[in-house]
Formats: sequence, C-alpha cells, structure tokens
Amino acid sequence: MKPRHRRFAWIGAGLVALGVAVALVLNAFQSNLVFFFTPSQVVAKEAPQSRPFRIGGLVEQGSLTRDPNSLTVHFRVTDTAQTIPVTYTGLLPDLFKEGKGVVAQGTLGSDGAFHATEVLAKHDENYMPPAAKDAIDQAHRKKAMTMSSMSERQP
Amino acid sequence: MIPEIGHFALILALLVAIVQGVMPMLGAARRDATLMSVAVPAARVQFALVALAFGCLAYAFVTSDFSVANVAEHSNSHLPAHYRFAASWGSHEGSLLLWSLMLAGWGCAVTFFSRHLPQTLRARVLAVMGLVAVGFLLFLLATSNPFARLSPVPAEGSDLNPLLQDPGMVVHPPMLYMGYVGFSVAFAFAIAALIGGRLDAAWARWSRPWTTAAWSFLTLGIMLGSLWAYYVLGWGGWWFWDPVENASFMPWLAGTALIHSLAVTEKRGAFKSWTVLLAIVAFSLSLLGTFIVRSGVLSSVHAFATDPKRGLFILAFLVIVIGGSLLLYAWRAPKVGLGARFEMVSRESMLLVNNVLFVVAMLSVLLGTLYPLLLDALGLGKISVGPPYFDTVFLPLMAPVLFLLGIGPLARWKQSELPALAKRLRWAAGVAFAAVLATALLAGRITLGAGFGVLMSAWIVASIATDLAYRLRPIGPAPVSLWTRIQTLPRPLLGMMLAHIGVAAFAFGVSMVRSYEVERDVRMQIGDRTEVAGYVFTLRGLRNVKGPNYDAVQAVVDVRLNGTPVALMHPEKRNYRVQGTALTDAAIDRNLARDLYVSLGEPVDGGAWIVRVYVKPFVDWIWGGCLLMALGGALAASDRRYRAKHPRDAAAPIDDLTATTTGTRPLEAGA
Repeated sequence: MKPRHRRFAWIGAGLVALGVAVALVLNAFQSNLVFFFTPSQVVAKEAPQSRPFRIGGLVEQGSLTRDPNSLTVHFRVTDTAQTIPVTYTGLLPDLFKEGKGVVAQGTLGSDGAFHATEVLAKHDENYMPPAAKDAIDQAHRKKAMTMSSMSERQP
Repeated sequence: MIPEIGHFALILALLVAIVQGVMPMLGAARRDATLMSVAVPAARVQFALVALAFGCLAYAFVTSDFSVANVAEHSNSHLPAHYRFAASWGSHEGSLLLWSLMLAGWGCAVTFFSRHLPQTLRARVLAVMGLVAVGFLLFLLATSNPFARLSPVPAEGSDLNPLLQDPGMVVHPPMLYMGYVGFSVAFAFAIAALIGGRLDAAWARWSRPWTTAAWSFLTLGIMLGSLWAYYVLGWGGWWFWDPVENASFMPWLAGTALIHSLAVTEKRGAFKSWTVLLAIVAFSLSLLGTFIVRSGVLSSVHAFATDPKRGLFILAFLVIVIGGSLLLYAWRAPKVGLGARFEMVSRESMLLVNNVLFVVAMLSVLLGTLYPLLLDALGLGKISVGPPYFDTVFLPLMAPVLFLLGIGPLARWKQSELPALAKRLRWAAGVAFAAVLATALLAGRITLGAGFGVLMSAWIVASIATDLAYRLRPIGPAPVSLWTRIQTLPRPLLGMMLAHIGVAAFAFGVSMVRSYEVERDVRMQIGDRTEVAGYVFTLRGLRNVKGPNYDAVQAVVDVRLNGTPVALMHPEKRNYRVQGTALTDAAIDRNLARDLYVSLGEPVDGGAWIVRVYVKPFVDWIWGGCLLMALGGALAASDRRYRAKHPRDAAAPIDDLTATTTGTRPLEAGA
C-alpha cells in the first residue's frame, strides 16, 4: 500500500470507530430516557406499563404508612385531581414530608400502584420540584377548563 | 455606608474594565505603544476595585448587617463566623461577585507573570479578559446587585441553606471558580492569537502554564464538591451525574483535552487550530456551566435565581461570547494553520485519540445534560436522563484512554515503532496481569469491572516506572549520582507522571468501590447489632445534642472487627432551627483501605431508627487520585522555563514529555 492509501485506510477506520461510538451513545441515550407523567396522566393510562418513568405531585396528607417489619413505605401522590398509590423500600430523603412536593421514579405495577425505586424531595421549605409543580398546575388548568365548559352548558 | 462603598467600587471597576477592554485592543491594532500600555495598570486597578467590593460584602456578612438584602436572605447571626464569611458566596449575587473577583485576579496575575510576552500579545490578552469582565460586572450591576438595601431592616437573617454549612463548602466554590475563570486566560490567549494571526510554539508555551494551573484548580474544585456530596448529602454516593456536577465536569473534560493538545502544539507545532478551538470550547463550557447553575433552570440547591431577566442576560452574554469567538475562529483559523505532519504511530496520533475521546465524552455529557432542558424549554415534555446513560457511555470511552495512557508517554514524537514499544512495555503488561491475579486471590472473587480497573491502574503505574527507570539510567563511563539524575528531571515531566499516577489511583478506587462496596439499610433499636462485610455495628445509645444553630439526635455506634473495637461512630440527624430543615450528618471512619459509613434515616415505632451502613473499600483513593492530578498540574505549571525572560531561552523546547524530541539516541530501534 502506498502511504497515501494507508492514510486513507486509517482515516476510514477512525471514522468508522467514531460512527460506532456515536451510535452507541445515542442508543444508550434512547434507552435511558425517563419520561415524566402526572397522576392524572397515569390514571388516564397514558404512562407506559413496562418501562420506568417519573411521577410528581404532592404527598397526600395522612397517606404515609410504614410496614412494621420491613423498610417499605406506602404513600399517595396527588396532583389535586387524581391520586396514585406509591410503594417504596428504603430510606426517604430528609425533605420528604406529607403535603409537600415529591418526584418518584419507578414502574407501574399491574395492581395500579407505582413501585418507586427512587424518591426525590424538594430542596427547601419554599421550593417545589418544577416537575411536581407542573403536575399540579396542569391539573388546575384542566379543572378550570371543565368547570368553564360546564358553566357554558348551563343556561 | 460600607455596602455603598462596595457598590461604588463595583461601578468604578466596570468603567476601568471598559477601558481595559477597549484601549489596548485599539492600541494593538494601530501598533500604538501608549494605548497598549494602559492594559497592565487597568487590570491591576480593576482587581483592586473588585477586591474592595468583595471585601465590603464579606464585611457586611461577617458583621451580620441585615440591612443588606443579600445578607438578610442568606445569613444569620447565630451562624458561626467562618460560615458567615463563606455565605458571602452562598448566594447568587455573591457567587457572581466572587466570579468577577477571580477573573480580575487572574488578569492581575497575568500582568505580573507575563513580562516576557510581546507587548501586542499581552495587550490583547488583557483586553479580552477586560471585555469578559465587562460582561460580568454589567450583569452584577444591572440584574443582581449584591449590595441592595432592605427596608425595613429585619432583626434576624433567614440563614444559609444547612447543606452549605460545611467546611467543604467554604473551599469548594472558590476552587471551582478559580478553575472555571482560569480558562478565561487560555481563552484570551486563543482570541489574541486569532486576532494577531500568529500562533506558534512560543504561544503554546506561554499559555500552557495558565491552562494547567486553571485545570488543577478545577480538578481540586470538582474533587471537593464530590467529597462534600459524599459526606453531607448523607447517602454515600460520590458522583450522581447531576446536571450541576456535569456543568463543572464538561469544562474539565474539554480542559483535559486542551492541556494535552497544547503539549503537541508546543513540541511539534501541530494541532494548532484544534488547540485554539478547544480553548474557546473550555471557556464557553465554563460560561455555560455558570448559566446552567445560576439561572435557575435546574432544580437543585445551586439554583438560587429564578429571575428570568438574569437568565436572559446570561444567555445573551453566552451567545455573544461563544458566537463571537466561533465566528472569529471560522474567519481567522485558516491563518493560524494546521501544523506539522506526523505518522500513524506516534505520540501525536495517540494524543489525537486522547483528544477525540475526551471531546466525544464531553459531547455525550452535554447531550445528556442539555437535551432535557431543551425539551422542557420548548414545551415538548419533561424527561430526565439517568446515571445509567452516563455509566454506559463513559466506561467504553474512558477504557481506551486508560490503556493509551500507559503507552503514549513512552511513544516518540513524529514516528514510533509498535514492536519496539511492545518490547519496552512487556514488563508493565506482566505486572498488570499479576496485579489482577493478586486482587482475585486477596478478595476471593473478582468482577469484570474490578479486574479491568486493577489491570489498567497497575498498567499505568508500571509503565510510568518503566519510563522513569529508563530516564534515570546511568549514562556514559562515569555516570553522575542517582540523586543528581533525579534532580535534572524536568518539573513538567514529574508533574505529568504524578497526575497520571493520580489517574491510576482514581481508576483503582472507582473500580474497587463499584465492585466490593456493601450497603445495608437496617432497623435498629438500642443494643441491636448488624454485620456488614465482617464488621459488626452495634447501636449503643441515642442522645440529644445542641449545635450552635441546630438540634440533633446523635447515635452512638460501636464497630468491631473479629471482636476488637475498630471505631466509635456518631451519626446525627440535625434539625436547623431557623429554616426548620432536617439534615443527615453521616459518621465516617476513614482509612486508606476502606471507609465505614453510618447514617441515620428516620425514627420508626418503638424507639428504633432506620440506619444505613456502608463498607466502602478504597473509596478515598478516588479523591486521593484527584488530589494527585491537581498536584501534578501545579508542579508542571510551576516550571520556571515557562516564564523565560528572553525569547532565546524560550526557543529551546521544554522537554517535559520525552528525551527523544531533540534526537537523543533512538532507543526504540536499538534498545
């Protein structure tokens, strides 16, 4: 092979390697995207059944219970319109409280409960995770819309 | 009165920065020495003024002057004095002032350590830094005045976020900022070279120590942040691929590529345009990091500002700086030229692979960090990209980097022979495989990750030892003493070796922790015991403690190994009085071989607590490795020959990588 051909061969090999790397990166990216759903969307069956996703909202007042013998906790997440039961095994973050914002990642079980593998809470007293806030805003908007359409129908 | 002085100093600093940015630039274009000579005094005065402003803010914090809104919102009179001082940069405004202070400080340092630079280059470098300072000072004064007064004056401040009340947080931001802002010097050098159209080995040599120093600070800053996350967040992780961490990691990746590419530009005159592009990218990513962290687009403790005006300002600034410099690059880069040719097997080609891999790694982090933000901003839905993505992508990208790290420093510039290299490195390969075997025997089991980590770390260390032994070999019939030979090793070379040993230590620590760490969450009552990896943890008691600004429940945990006491640990659950926030304060017993880590979860029925217990083998090697990298960088940057007074001294290349540049005997052919 002439040096020039060898050079092309190397450059070609380099480009192929780079292409493979990019393909791997994009593939890993695609399979690790986690989508976010509000409790209303989950109730409306918009969330995927098999792959993990995130839900967000408020921890419903008085919904937190703990198994007496294990580290499993149960609570309900609400966006003020709909409520989803959540189970989680492990330690809850310091800022997890009833009536406060929360985001949980996990999968939806066949029983309709959300099995969380990770629970994230808000970071300080006044702050709410944007995702949780969004869920509540969406529910409010929907409520307002249905109410206005109802009032339109009433003469 | 004091805050007003600070405010006034800041306004003056802006005016001086405008002068610093405009006049020397004009002077360099017109070859007007008088205009250019403005640069040095302007940079120093600007630093003095910003330092004065920062001093005023720090004074307001330390004396708890709650008439200043910033102090009232982020401090409290019950806060210990050193945290009151650190609170000066705990807020959005204060941290930007710190950023400006660092920027002015680097500019001032350039005036002192660059007397040997050609006047036009120095004028342009300082002018570019002045222009960057204008952007930041304008941002501070227009949108985030740290000295804004509050009326009526509150009696007490609302306290600093408890997570930030930690010694690590006193040092982490300044270090990180030193690194971020330090890349502004490399950036300024790159822009100056583009404007001047002159980019040669001397240029690379001048900008190298600055880049390396900034890189060292950034390494240290990231290390401290990771250490902080490890013991303050209370859950024993050391890296979360959180967007805030990624924001500091991206400039680090680009900076690492840059310091290696600069080496090629200095020694061989190659990779010229690429080096300039990397310098622009590294600083742009620093700015992007500031934007991501400071604009409030992220949900994290770092996001202080939720003011869209600020976000818009930073975004505009970002567009001007990045867009402007890339335009300049596109226009002027052909003038700078590509540089010398090299063969397919040579040190250049290996450093090229290093650069490509680091840049691909940086881009994959960028994708994972920005894509969710972009989708959200465009209203296309909310997603998040989890740590599995980064893990899957990073390992295969870094594996060849580690492997090449063992070969690259031994390869010759321009052209190298593979068989000769293989022959020199056969011992290193043998040592590496022996180390894996030893680990498997000692640990009783081995995973793929642990095996690979040990293989690579031993490979790197053995390869460095091979190189060192070769360099220190006795030469001639009457060789000088070993000590004399050690002393003649150039500092940049030693720095490089030290940093590479740091990489090995880091890789070793990561693979050990990932493979052998044991974690257990247990419910414990007083007297209960649990066994983790041979260690027996017993909960001896619980008591209430009172801190200066918090109340805590403290557990006393006794740890024994084979019946002999190892440690008495005191994990706490704290409740900060002012903000009413809870904080988990983990207890850690460290040594070189393992960390014992105990943190309190929450109280459950019957006086029991949920306790998390970890045994983490070799976890401290992760930060130790980072520390070695930073020290290596500092050692390399401290070489005096980088600051040679006469151009003639500087013309001889500093032999930091190999003795073969100037054609000492061809060891690969003959050895």
